[in-house]
Amino acid sequence: MPVIQMQGIVKRFASLTANNHINFDLEQGEIHALLGENGAGKTTLMRILYGLYHADEGQILVNNHPVTIRSPHDAIQNGIGMVTQHFTLVPTLTVAENLTLGQAGSFILNPLEIQRQVEKDSQRLGIPVKPAALVRHLSVGEQQRVEVLKALSRNARVLILDEPTAVLVPQEVEILFDALQRLRQEGLSVIFISHKLPEVMTICDRITVLRDGALVGTVAKSATTATELARMMVGRENFGVARQSERQPAGPLLQVEALQAQGSKGLPALRGVGFMVEAGEILGIAGVSGNGQTELGRVLAGMLRPSGGHIRVDDKNLTGAGPAELAQAGVGCILEDRHASLVDDMTVAENLVLDQLDGFSRGGMLNRARILENARKWIAEYQIKASPNDPIRQLSGGNMQKVILARNLSRTPKVVIAAQPTRGLDVGATDYVRSKLLEQRARGAAVLLISEDLDEIMALADRIAVIYEGSLMGILPAQAATVETLGLMMTGKTLESIRPTPEADHA
Amino acid sequence: MEPFIIGLLAATLRVATPLILGTLGELFSERAGILNLGIEGTLFVGAFAGFAGAALTGSLWLGLLAAILFGMISGLLMALLTVRLGVNQHVSGLGLTLFWTGFSLFAFRLVFGESKVPPSIETFQTVSPFGNLPWLGPISSQHILTYFALALIPLTWWILYRTRFGLNIRAVGENPEAADAAGLNVYAIRTQALLIGGALMGMAGAFLSLAQLGAFTYGIVAGRGWVCIALIIFANWEASRVLWGALLFGGVASLQLRLQTLGLKLPYELLLSLPYIVTILALTLAGRNVSAPASLLKAYRRE
Repeated sequence: MPVIQMQGIVKRFASLTANNHINFDLEQGEIHALLGENGAGKTTLMRILYGLYHADEGQILVNNHPVTIRSPHDAIQNGIGMVTQHFTLVPTLTVAENLTLGQAGSFILNPLEIQRQVEKDSQRLGIPVKPAALVRHLSVGEQQRVEVLKALSRNARVLILDEPTAVLVPQEVEILFDALQRLRQEGLSVIFISHKLPEVMTICDRITVLRDGALVGTVAKSATTATELARMMVGRENFGVARQSERQPAGPLLQVEALQAQGSKGLPALRGVGFMVEAGEILGIAGVSGNGQTELGRVLAGMLRPSGGHIRVDDKNLTGAGPAELAQAGVGCILEDRHASLVDDMTVAENLVLDQLDGFSRGGMLNRARILENARKWIAEYQIKASPNDPIRQLSGGNMQKVILARNLSRTPKVVIAAQPTRGLDVGATDYVRSKLLEQRARGAAVLLISEDLDEIMALADRIAVIYEGSLMGILPAQAATVETLGLMMTGKTLESIRPTPEADHA
Repeated sequence: MEPFIIGLLAATLRVATPLILGTLGELFSERAGILNLGIEGTLFVGAFAGFAGAALTGSLWLGLLAAILFGMISGLLMALLTVRLGVNQHVSGLGLTLFWTGFSLFAFRLVFGESKVPPSIETFQTVSPFGNLPWLGPISSQHILTYFALALIPLTWWILYRTRFGLNIRAVGENPEAADAAGLNVYAIRTQALLIGGALMGMAGAFLSLAQLGAFTYGIVAGRGWVCIALIIFANWEASRVLWGALLFGGVASLQLRLQTLGLKLPYELLLSLPYIVTILALTLAGRNVSAPASLLKAYRRE
């Protein structure tokens, strides 16, 4: 008997349809994976079930009865609990205080008594926590257990976990999986949001795949394979701008060896990444978001200090160099976060010369005339729809990106790092950015394209590397890359394990 | 020497009283995530409402009640601006201080007119629980409100750390999203904290006019509200440490008064500034490892 049925769920955000008539059902006592790429609509669907969003259309049935879920409170009333990616714990309170927060109870709070209660729940449900510890002293995995215990101690019969393993180390993943297996036998139903195929194949009974906000299908684990799931998850489309000519390899310009770096949470984000990019080629780095792409882009832009490894540009060692030094050496960077590259309140003209003010000033005074002249030139050449004195924040995303392109590419860099260069742009601007990258390739620059858009990578790159949890799963020529292979690599299979005898590869 | 020290200790407690009340009031607000810079104005309107209430009704206790009421109105206004409307907390607080300053001076003239001799009232009598015992007797001869303020320090700790209400206040000041997700009404809890805070600030103001001065003057508060803001940082947002900060400031303030009367060859302006200099010094020394509530200054809005 299904405990949850979601029927014809539609959710729109402005022009984007995040969920397009999705049907989803959850059986009593199963672990059901919700699989899909970033932006496929998995989290949106579950946020609707938990009352954090409201569906525009469709209905939800709990135990075959239609219900209205307006807030997390309603969801909890219906026995639904959710552990979101962003934990909702108060770091300065103890575990016990966090668990009692919002619960009915006596006015006077006896710390020992609430700790005893938590200890009891913890043992009953088999989820070990430290009741007296302050949450801010706990590891991410321990905090997650507190969240799970919080949901279960409020009598959740359905537990939604949003990418629960994204922040865990392998040992903690094991603890979590053990607990889930046992709780399932006790009748708990679990929805497991993930984009990692191996863990989905390990723990789940059924799998529902979403793509671009639409339902692809629901399959039983026993009736499918990782390859089939990868194909369902990724899909294909054709694009207007694509690489035409074959590459003319002309020697490596960017060499990266055993690169390591820490992520924002202090966990290793890059675990020994190595590749090289030759003059006149585009190397694409594919992968699901959060696997180290951000850190790789930031390290190569000089914004994040690597904790190990080497970076060489045109045979010059630039490991640990800052942005100015890298620019000097001929590296042009299109950063992932456009707003980190531009000063929103300054004008287009000012932003265009921001990194080369020395060339536009004399004796500490800015040469306004030359700055404006420079701006007019690049505005015309890059078809930026703005006048030199418009503040950047008035520009569309596409025009902002053009300002960044103009500033970086006008200096004909030897190496171009483009991190998610078309994210959030409309079709026209996307095509423009892609054509500019191909232009750089044609003139002999080494282009590194980091993108979560697999179609973009397949359309532009000469060779494709896939990053997963901070390591490259392999590098293969674009001609040899299929969606299935890349999909498997994106979910944690190395190239060798897929194809025991890999084809000749320049890497 | 003995009368000097006894006098100094007694005065220290007296001067510290409004600081303790005001700082604990600010503590409730800030632990809930609201920096209430309206405190200076709230002390001022508390001093005025207390005096006016007492002068008009002839009852000091009704005056005190009026001050508490105005303090709560001030807290409510702050809640309306920062909790409901999400206005910037600095702007709202400073605005409230300006408003209450103008309001009090205007209302004072309206009620009492202008006269050469400012109106005055009899102040609260002190109580002497230890009678005429040497040392203890004269030092403990204090106002009821002083004893109330001293008792309020452990009481505030107990409320914050040993009641569900206090847990809620700490939660909304630290992580309102988590509190909301746990089913708490963030707006209501923050408003309640501001109401309690305002009541204590009003009481602090009334102490100045009803216990210390017996009158209402333009300079009656003299920046004590700002000192409370500094004391919160000195106390690292912990009730227990409020006492030491308030005693330090009160002690130096009382000391400089006595030094003035000793006829030292020092400009009296220097002595007057002494408590503030000590406050700044204490703040720089104690203010290194401060941990403010994480959501202080942040308005809460659901996504």
